[in-house]
Amino acid sequence: MYPADLKYTREHEWIRVEGDKGRVGITHHAQSALGDVVFVELPKLGRRLKQMETFGVVESVKAVSDLYCPASGEVVEANTTLEGKPELVNQDCYGAGWMIVVKVADPKELNKLMDAKAYEAYLAAEGGH
Amino acid sequence: MSAPEGPLKQTPLNAVHRQMGAKMVPFGGWDMPVQYRGILDEHKAVRGAAGIFDVSHMGEVEFRGPAALEAVQRLTSNDASRLAVGQVQYSALTTEAGTFVDDLTVYKFADDHYMTTVNASNIDKDFAWMRDHTKGNVEIRNQSDETALIALQGPKAVEILQKLTPVDLNAIKYYWFARGKVLGQDGIVSRTGYTGEDGFEVYLPPQHAAALWNALMEAGRPFGLLPCGLGARDTLRLEAKMALYGNDIDDRHTVLEADLGWILKLEKGEFIGKPALAKQKAEGVRRRLVGFEMAGRGIARSHYKIVKNGQPIGEVTSGGPAPWLNRNIGLGYVAVEHSAVGTEFDVLIRDNPVPARVVPTPFYKRKR
Repeated sequence: MYPADLKYTREHEWIRVEGDKGRVGITHHAQSALGDVVFVELPKLGRRLKQMETFGVVESVKAVSDLYCPASGEVVEANTTLEGKPELVNQDCYGAGWMIVVKVADPKELNKLMDAKAYEAYLAAEGGH
Repeated sequence: MSAPEGPLKQTPLNAVHRQMGAKMVPFGGWDMPVQYRGILDEHKAVRGAAGIFDVSHMGEVEFRGPAALEAVQRLTSNDASRLAVGQVQYSALTTEAGTFVDDLTVYKFADDHYMTTVNASNIDKDFAWMRDHTKGNVEIRNQSDETALIALQGPKAVEILQKLTPVDLNAIKYYWFARGKVLGQDGIVSRTGYTGEDGFEVYLPPQHAAALWNALMEAGRPFGLLPCGLGARDTLRLEAKMALYGNDIDDRHTVLEADLGWILKLEKGEFIGKPALAKQKAEGVRRRLVGFEMAGRGIARSHYKIVKNGQPIGEVTSGGPAPWLNRNIGLGYVAVEHSAVGTEFDVLIRDNPVPARVVPTPFYKRKR
């Protein structure tokens, strides 16, 4: 449920490094906690984001949640398919349900993120509150 | 919704919900299922087939004695004297200002015996209000802890429930009820609900609730019945434009402002809030609850501002997706000059004005 090739934030986003870029989405845990996703709002291309800056919003039937960017950089792609098919976030959160691609400004920042093992431990601790 | 202090209360079906894998959330001081499979699937099951809801958190307050009708009449805005035995009425528990202590349904069991069903988070407040504002020979009793309530809603509700009861369900009209055996136990079968769909609400003793829930699941399975949580209950009631206390109605908005003039019977005699409501009716309201649909991309949510040409004209009270209609809809209070069907305004979503327009309500109306 938490692929080993991704890095994770405490706000439940993932990033997959693809060359000098990073593809971003939300985790299985996030989509499951939200329930049916009915709306996704994504940034315009060219917008420059800082690490953990909000880049958009995901809405389920009942809740509105901010999206946080795992790495600083310029937005070079946004998954506009989600405008018409927000349910892809539930159905395929690491694939067709991706949200944006950023040109990673500082690869060293990624070291601050969790790997899959650390993220699962974080979820276990969070659930144990 | 204010969450009372202390541990969450549990309905008699709490263990059943957990065992069936429901997602549980705190709601008005109760530990309640918000969803089972998913809100969208549950919503569509109720519109297309059937769904069951645990609404045992709702409160029941009984009025018994020679002055029972007089007490109910004084406390509520609708005319309970028009009820026949076996009939149900939607009404408002009104303040002196004509606003809502709560909304409720009134059941007539006999000339000297009525029952009201009230919102879960208001039980203690309502019960105290009713006792404090009643004189005369009537006993008012809070039966909430001795009463479980299961709602079976959807076009297949009659067929499913008829397998479990000898009560002739087709003989019960909308907003009427019958007392009888359900699964061999005494219960009240009420043709009412909070979804805009045909269906029943079954009142029964708490110790029999789990057996009825499981029997309904079993009897409903061939029809596509799903267990439903409060999430679907909210989207269903919004499509049907049924008011939610704490969102669309409260002690700051009057019965008339809430567009519920049909439960206001000024000619029935004195009741709490009548002078204020009579005056407001004569003068006209300045704001009114309207239904709107989003014309632009975005979902209105409770407390978002409504603006026209950049000027504030009101506020959203309920909003969200309408799963059966495939639109984003909402309710909100707006200045009366902007309340006509067809009026265009903007909802401020994260500081962006998104176009919306006033539409006829209910948004969804079932074919009878």
